[in-house]
Amino acid sequence: MTKAGLILKRTIPTLAGAVAGALLLAGCGGASVNQAAAAGASNASCGTVNVAMNAWVGYTANAAVYSYVAKEKLGCSVVQKDLSEQISWQGFGSGEVDVIIENWGHEDLVKQYITDQAVAVDAGPTGNEGHIGWYVPPWMAEKYPDITDSKNLNKYASLLATSESGGKGQVLDGDPAFVTNDEALVKNLGLDYKVVFSGSEAALIQSFRSAEKNKTPLLGYFYEPQWFLSEVPLVKVNLPKWTPGCDSDPEKVACDYPDYKLNKIISKKFADSGSPAAKLAKAFTWTNDDQDAVATDIQNGMKPEEAAKKWVDTHSQQVQAWLQ
Amino acid sequence: MTSTLLRERAAVQTGGDPLRAARRRPSRRTIMLGGAAAVWLLGFVFLHGFGTLALPSSELTDLHRSLNQFNAWVASNRSDNPIFLYVLSPLRAAVDAVASLFITVFAASSTGLRLPEIGWLGTVALLSWTAYAVGNARVALLTAAVFTFFGLQGLFVEASYTFALMATAVLLTLLIGIPMGVLAGINAHVAKAVTPVLDFMQTLPTFVYLAPLALIFLIGPASAVIATLIYAAPPVIRLTAHGIRGIPENTREASDSLGTTGLQRLFTLQLPMARRTIVMGINQTTMAALSMVTIAALIAAPGLGQTVVRALQSLDVGTAVNAGLSIVLMAIVLDRVTTAASRRAEPGAHRRSKTSRRTRLVLVSATLVLTVALIHVSRTMLWAAAFPKELNIGPDIVRGVAGASEWLQTHLFLVTVSFRETMTTGFLNPFQLLFTETPLVVLAAVIALAAYALGGWKLAALTTFCLAVIVYLGLWGDAMVTLASTLVATAIVMVLGVVFGVAMGRSSRMDQFMRPLLDAGQTMPAFVYLVPFLGLFGATRFTAIVAGIIYAAPVAIKIIADGIAGISLTVVEAAVASGSTPWQVITKVQLPMARKSLALAANQGLIYVLAMVVVGALVGAGGLGYDVVAGFVQSSLFGKGLAAGLAIVFLGILLDRMTQAAAATPARKTPTAKTTRTSRPDSATSPNNKELQP
Repeated sequence: MTKAGLILKRTIPTLAGAVAGALLLAGCGGASVNQAAAAGASNASCGTVNVAMNAWVGYTANAAVYSYVAKEKLGCSVVQKDLSEQISWQGFGSGEVDVIIENWGHEDLVKQYITDQAVAVDAGPTGNEGHIGWYVPPWMAEKYPDITDSKNLNKYASLLATSESGGKGQVLDGDPAFVTNDEALVKNLGLDYKVVFSGSEAALIQSFRSAEKNKTPLLGYFYEPQWFLSEVPLVKVNLPKWTPGCDSDPEKVACDYPDYKLNKIISKKFADSGSPAAKLAKAFTWTNDDQDAVATDIQNGMKPEEAAKKWVDTHSQQVQAWLQ
Repeated sequence: MTSTLLRERAAVQTGGDPLRAARRRPSRRTIMLGGAAAVWLLGFVFLHGFGTLALPSSELTDLHRSLNQFNAWVASNRSDNPIFLYVLSPLRAAVDAVASLFITVFAASSTGLRLPEIGWLGTVALLSWTAYAVGNARVALLTAAVFTFFGLQGLFVEASYTFALMATAVLLTLLIGIPMGVLAGINAHVAKAVTPVLDFMQTLPTFVYLAPLALIFLIGPASAVIATLIYAAPPVIRLTAHGIRGIPENTREASDSLGTTGLQRLFTLQLPMARRTIVMGINQTTMAALSMVTIAALIAAPGLGQTVVRALQSLDVGTAVNAGLSIVLMAIVLDRVTTAASRRAEPGAHRRSKTSRRTRLVLVSATLVLTVALIHVSRTMLWAAAFPKELNIGPDIVRGVAGASEWLQTHLFLVTVSFRETMTTGFLNPFQLLFTETPLVVLAAVIALAAYALGGWKLAALTTFCLAVIVYLGLWGDAMVTLASTLVATAIVMVLGVVFGVAMGRSSRMDQFMRPLLDAGQTMPAFVYLVPFLGLFGATRFTAIVAGIIYAAPVAIKIIADGIAGISLTVVEAAVASGSTPWQVITKVQLPMARKSLALAANQGLIYVLAMVVVGALVGAGGLGYDVVAGFVQSSLFGKGLAAGLAIVFLGILLDRMTQAAAATPARKTPTAKTTRTSRPDSATSPNNKELQP
C-alpha cells in the first residue's frame, strides 16, 4: 500500500466524521421546519391530546367530533389510539390516554382507576343513553311474536343452531372486549344456547343485515345508540328486568343489562392541566340523534373528520356553547 | 364410521409417520396405538359426555380467581411497593427513553406534528446508508425504494413508528441477548439452565404476557418494547451460543497453546469465528421483533399494527392489505439487509468482494457525507420533512383492493360458505366431539398409552404430567377443543406439505416458483392475512384453522421439499431405470426415504399451528385461544386468560415431545419393516431400498 493511500484511508473517515458532526450540529442548532411549523400550528396552551379509540362507530362519531373541535377551534394536536375498552383505562396511569369519550358503565374500572388509584376522573355524561341487549331481526319478531320473551327462547334453540354453536342455539356476540354478560346469562337463565363471538361490530352488523335480507334466523347482542337500527329496526328480546345490584357478580348475572348513562372519562393529569381540551371534554354533550347522524355519515363512506366537520358546521351554536 | 376414520388420522398424526398404514405385520407399537384408539372409541361411545370437565366460558375456578388478584395487587402496590419504585418503574422509564429517542428521530418528534426529527428524506437516506454500510449497494437501493414506497402508500409515519419500535427492541435484545448467548456458549451449566427458559419463552403465546406486561409497565411503547424483547431474544441467544460451541475443538486448542487468556480467546477467536452465526441470530431476532411490534398495537404501540387492528375491526380489507403490504416489504428489507450483513461477516468475505476494502471505506464515508447533507435538507425544507401529500397513492390501493375483495365476497360467498359449512359439520365438529365428549380419564389414559408406545415410560410420565397440569388449571375442556382444531389444521398442513414438498423436491423450477411465496407466507404477520379470510369465511373456527394452516404450511413444505431434494440422485435414477412409474418413485422411494423430514415437518407443523391458536381466536376460534384473548380484554377473565396461556404451553410441550419421539424411533428400520417391503408384489424398487439400509 502506498503512503498516499494510507493517508487517504486514515483521513477520509475522520474527515467524513468531522463533516458529519459539524453538519449535524448545524442542523440541530439551526431552526428546523419541524419546530418552526410546530410553533405556528399548535396553540401553546393546549398541546397534545391522546384520545382512545374504542371499536364501534358510535364511539368513532363522538371521538371524531371531539377531535375536530379540539383541533380546529382550540388548536390542539390530537393523537387517536385504537385500543379496546379496558386497555384504554390502563393508559390513564401512563399518560398514554387522556380521554375516553364514550364509557359504558365499567363499575369495576371506575373503582380501580377513579376511586383507588385516582388517575382518572369522570368528565360527566355525553348526553347519550345506552342500551345493551339481545336482538332479533324484524322478520323474526313478526313471524314468531313470542320470541321477544326470553322465557320462550328455548323453543327456538334448534331454529337458531349453527355449525358453530354445537347443536345449541346461537347467541351472536361482538368483540370479546365489549361489555357483555351473555355467557353468564345463558347459563344462569338455563338457556339451551351457546355464545359465539363474531369478533367485531362490523361483523355483527353484517350478520344482522344478511339475516334480515335472506330471512335467516339470528339472535344477537346489540346496542343503542346505533346508526344501524335506523336501517334495520332490530327488535329487542326482553330478558328478566334489571334491578340494582342484580349484575354485581359477573358469574351470577341473570338479569337484563342496565340503562347506561354514557359518560366521558379523562385522566387526572389532563383534567388538572387546565388544558382547554380538558374543558371541552367536560362540556361535550349531544343527543343519540346527533351521534347517529355522524355515525351514519361515517358508515356511508365519509371520513370521520369530514363527517365531524359537517356536523360541527351545522351545529355551530352548540359547539360554541361547549367552548364557553 | 366417520369417527373411526378420523381416529386413524389422529393416530397417524400423533405417530408422525403417515406411512404406518401401509405396513403389513404390525409392530408392538402399532398394536399399542391401535389399542389406544380402540379404548378411545369405546370410551367415546359408551361414556359419551361423562366427566368431560367442561367449564362454561363465563365460569372461573378458584385458581383463576386467585390469579385475578394479581391485577388488584399490582393496582394497589404500584405507587409504594419498592419493587415498583426501584426496579420496574425505572426500567420502564429507561426503555421508554430509548424508545422515544428512536421515535423522535425516525417517526414523529414530540412537537405533535407527526414529523420525524430528521424528516422523511433524512430517514430514507440514513437507513439506506446503514444498509450500505453493513450490507451492500443492492440492499441499500432496496431500502431506499421501499421506504419511499411507504410514503407513496401514505403510511410513512406509521411505518417509521413500527421501524423505530422494532429498532429499539432489537437494540435492547442484542445488548442482553449476545452476552447471554456468549455465556451459554462457553459455559455448559449456563446453557443447561437457559435452554428450558428459552423453550418456555418461545412456546408461550405472545398474548399471554401482553396482558400482565401491560398491567405492570402500563400500556404504551415501553411495554411493547419489553414484550418484543421477550419474544425476540431466544433466537439470538440460541444462535450465539451455537456459533461459539460450533468452533472446532482443535482451533480452540491451537489458540490455547499460544497461551491466550479467557477474554483474549473470546475476543480474538470465539466471537470472530462465530460472527456469521451471530449475525444470523440477529436476522431472526429482527424478523421476530417486527412481527411482535405489529401485535403490540393491542397495547397501544403506535405504527402499522394499529392500522391493521382498526381494519380488522371494521372488516376493511383494502386498508388492511395496504398496511399489510408495508409490513411485508419492511420484513423483506430487514431480511435482505441482515442477510447481506451476515454474508459480509463471513470470514474472508472481503477478499471475495470486487471492491477493495479501501475503496469501500472511501465510498461509505462519501455516502455518509451525502446522507448528512440530506438530513440537513430535511430539517430545513418542508417537502423533505413531511412526505408530499400529492404523491399519495394509498387511497387508490385501498379502493382497488376493497373493490376486488367486495367482488370476491359477493360472487364467492355461496361457495365459501358452503365449503366452510361442509368442512365444519362433516369434519371438524365430529372430530372435536371425539375430544370434548370423551371422559377425561379415558382420554388421558389413551394419550399416556400412545406416549408409552412412542417413547416409553419417560414420555408417558411427561405427558401425564402435562395433562395433569392442564386439569389443575381448570381448562381441560377448552384444551381439548384447541387440541382437536390443532390436529385438524396439522393434518391439512401435512397434506399440503407432502403435495407441494414433493413437487418442489422433484422439480427445481417449481421450487424457484414456490419459494418466494412461502417466504412471504412466513414473514407476513398473521394479523394481516386474517382480514381477507375474515371477509370470505366470517369469524368461525374454520377461519382460524385456515389462519393456522397458512402460517404452518410453508415450514412443512420447505422441510419436506428439502428432504425429498436431499435424497441421492442415483437412488432415484436407479428406480426410474428399473421401470418404476413416477407415482411409484414417489410413494416407494422418495417419501419413505424422506421419512425423517416428514416427521420433522409434522413436529414443526404442530408447533407452528399451536403458535397461531391465540391469533386464531381473534377470528372465531374457541378453546384456550379464546380464553387468552378474553382474559386480555376483560379484567374479570384476566386470571383465566393467564391460566389458558400456561395450558397452551403444556399442550405444546406434550405435542412436541410426542412427535419428536415418533420421529426418533422410526418403525421402518426394524427388520419386520424390511421384509414387508421386499415381500410386496410390486417391489421393483426394493433393491434400491436395500441398498440404502445402513
